[in-house]
Amino acid sequence: MISIRNLTAAQRTVVLAAAICLIGPAVFAQTKNSCLDCHSNLPEPLGVTVETYSQNIHAQKGLTCAACHGGDANSDDPEKAMSRAAGWKGKIEHKQIPELCASCHSNAELMKKYNPGLRVDQFQQYKTSVHGMQWAKGDGKVAVCTDCHGVHDLRPPSDPRSKVHPTNIATTCSRCHADAEYMKPYGIKTDQFANYEQSVHHEAMVVRGDLSAPTCTTCHGNHGATPPGVANVTAVCSNCHVFQAQLFETSPHKEAFATIGLPGCVTCHSNHAIKHPTDEMIGMGPKAVCSNCHTVGDAGATQAEAMHDQLTQLVAAIDASDQLLGRAERQGMEVSQAKLQGAQARDALLKARVTVHAFRDSELKRDTDAGLAVTRQTYAAGQKAMEEWKFRRIGLGLSVMAIAITVVGLGLYIRNLEEK
Amino acid sequence: MASPASSIRQWLDERFPLDDIKSLAEKKKVPVHRYSYWYFLGGMTLFLFGVQVLTGALLLLYYRPGADEAFESVQFIMTQVHFGWLIRSVHSWSANLLIFMAFAHLFSVLFLRSYRKPRELTWVSGILLLFLMLGFGFSGYLLPWNTLSYFATKVGTEIPAQIPIIGRPTLLFLRGGEDITGSTLTRMFGFHVAILPAIATLLIGLHVGLIQWFGMSVPPSLEGEWQALPAERREVRFFPNFVLRELMAWYVALGLLGALAALFPWGLGVKADPFASAPAGIKPEWYFLFMFQTLKLIPAKVLGMDGEMLGILAFGVIGAVALLLPFLDREKPFNTRRWISGLACVFLGYMAVMTVYGWVAK
Amino acid sequence: MHSASSASTVGPEPRSVLRRHFVSILLGTGLLASAASFLYPILRYLVPPKLPDLGGDAVLAAKISELKPNTAKTFRFGSRPGLLVETASGEYRAMSATCTHLGCTVQYRPDLREIWCACHNGMYDLNGRNISGPPPRPLEAFEVQVRGDGIFVRRKQEA
Repeated sequence: MISIRNLTAAQRTVVLAAAICLIGPAVFAQTKNSCLDCHSNLPEPLGVTVETYSQNIHAQKGLTCAACHGGDANSDDPEKAMSRAAGWKGKIEHKQIPELCASCHSNAELMKKYNPGLRVDQFQQYKTSVHGMQWAKGDGKVAVCTDCHGVHDLRPPSDPRSKVHPTNIATTCSRCHADAEYMKPYGIKTDQFANYEQSVHHEAMVVRGDLSAPTCTTCHGNHGATPPGVANVTAVCSNCHVFQAQLFETSPHKEAFATIGLPGCVTCHSNHAIKHPTDEMIGMGPKAVCSNCHTVGDAGATQAEAMHDQLTQLVAAIDASDQLLGRAERQGMEVSQAKLQGAQARDALLKARVTVHAFRDSELKRDTDAGLAVTRQTYAAGQKAMEEWKFRRIGLGLSVMAIAITVVGLGLYIRNLEEK
Repeated sequence: MASPASSIRQWLDERFPLDDIKSLAEKKKVPVHRYSYWYFLGGMTLFLFGVQVLTGALLLLYYRPGADEAFESVQFIMTQVHFGWLIRSVHSWSANLLIFMAFAHLFSVLFLRSYRKPRELTWVSGILLLFLMLGFGFSGYLLPWNTLSYFATKVGTEIPAQIPIIGRPTLLFLRGGEDITGSTLTRMFGFHVAILPAIATLLIGLHVGLIQWFGMSVPPSLEGEWQALPAERREVRFFPNFVLRELMAWYVALGLLGALAALFPWGLGVKADPFASAPAGIKPEWYFLFMFQTLKLIPAKVLGMDGEMLGILAFGVIGAVALLLPFLDREKPFNTRRWISGLACVFLGYMAVMTVYGWVAK
Repeated sequence: MHSASSASTVGPEPRSVLRRHFVSILLGTGLLASAASFLYPILRYLVPPKLPDLGGDAVLAAKISELKPNTAKTFRFGSRPGLLVETASGEYRAMSATCTHLGCTVQYRPDLREIWCACHNGMYDLNGRNISGPPPRPLEAFEVQVRGDGIFVRRKQEA
């Protein structure tokens, strides 16, 4: 009987190497996924390349095709791999998807093994959403898990290439919600995405890359997607715009809107096409939203006009101060301190534009007055700089005259000296 | 006892040989000829240096060296200190005028051949003073610690680093470390207000002393004329005639400096941020531009050697030639004078063109 | 620079004496006036201006008596606002009051014992670290020094 001990050192090494090469793969290799051997070479719709599937978060966690499609991913024999006996489901029907995904993703014990931080209530939420409720009724057109998350290239939401990464969500929703033909049976408007694209939120998110900016799911929810009711809109916006919401709550508009049945925030700012607000929105001017309800002369209109005037006054004061300081600087005067102080006035203006939401001109006046106090100082600094500039020129003129007199005097003196 | 003035005079006379000094001073003469106006340039350079010393000393009363205080202290001088803007702007403008005047003085002396025997050492001390002035300019430029000066110093100290063997130690010496930091500022401050002034004082003393000893030089062509026709020789007394004329020139210069300071005050810039990237088109002050632009234009490799290093070495050679010029002016084995004039002309033209080019180039 | 040829008439006369007198006065006036125009700025320069800056760039943020535990004060720090907080345990903390999200000025919330930005509900802890809401970066922390009855704040010194 051959025993290891009888082999020479070299022969032992060879045996060891062979053992590692043969046993190793079985122990350390990736989970075998025989499905891809054929399906990576097939055309659409049966084709899924290795590359595509390798992007899938499930694949990266060691799950094979069989995890969703059933069958035996270990077997190289198509008959065995795709046999009913092995639980092969074939193509999953659209309507079957939510329950299929939920079979793992709602199982807390199971999910804990992979990522204890993941929620397991997505399906619960889904069932409360408009999508979910329509699905329950048998509607095959509404979104299910894979419509948003993707299927074979399903990436985690934190991956910028994922369809549900914050920067991509609006585009994903718009695939259905901007398609007028598709949405016809539901009678829902399809201009939301186009409107959103004009908004400051879109600019912040997609253009500036600020991931804290809101997208569709921020206000509507993701799995429990529902448009907020009229009474709830303010609550949604107030998650970020706290101060404005608090002011609104104490403002005369709160009760007034509630009585008429108008939603807060959206009535003036719109829901999707939230453009950058301007001072022209306040007052009774052509671009003002106040005139949608108020008529010139009524109590509200008067306050609105007063507030508009206060804001424009502060803006004008800041402008005037900036211009004067700019001129002084261009003429070579050092005004950096005053310019920096001007930032305080801008802060006051920013605050004033928030205080507007109290819809009381007396409250607004406090903030604009604070700003005007600063602009008075910076303007005075600008004036001082211009005076100093004049002073320097006059001083220069005088000393140049003195020098000229001296030079002429010296010249004559020399001439006198040398005449002798 | 007559007036207070004469009693003071008498007091001094009892202790010092006032009459001897007076007669010595009266003997000092300045030749008068068609090139005499060039004689003013040396005194003008000295005057501007004096302005620098005075305004520099005044600035020292408020300036704080140190990365976290330098910029703010200059800002303080420009905005809060009474006439601080004037003192600082005069200092900056006068620095530039001083270097321009030093170069003008150099070239006038060269073309008038005042470096000939016996005035060789005067020339050598003068060239060394020019290098010192450039050193003053370079070290002083960093002191406001703004973006321009930070990066100009960075680029400027990297250039000598290319020289083989001594390059890196030079870089460490100039920077006080690997990078431009607060240590560099301290070091440049030390150079600017103590070390360079001390050396300059000695050299100026030597330079002016030698001029007193040898008197004013006259161009060789004129010397020949005057030897042939002694009656043609004209001179004026230094005291008071020449001095009064110099005073006129100095007054005009003062007026010019005041006007420049009031009409074109020197800017503050933005405080240096070592972590920001260098602004595009960073370049040194104009008096270094011709070298800077040359180095930029030299191809990376020249005859198999590193281009930039060759450029630096070339300038080093030119500096050495300038220093030793009096010893290169000979008649045997061939008359070098024409060569000296010619090359000087070419170099002057080159400097002018390169400076303008460097100024307008992006 | 040529010796001037005599332009006046023969002999000593009142005219040339007058002229010399005039020149002396002119020269004297010029010298005096120009000397004054040089000396006046220099002498003024030597007198220190009314608001001397404090050593280093430490700013007097508040007097000790101005703050109680669990209160804060916004003060000017160079160009931007700063926030000085006296914590409940009596420690002083100072940091930039400019929110790192979109630049609004933050405030101290004594009820939450944290720093809050009203614009979009950003929250920072007492070390300036951004702990919730949109702010992407912490608030720059400053150094606090108590000297006498004043609380001085300056930028953290680089080593």
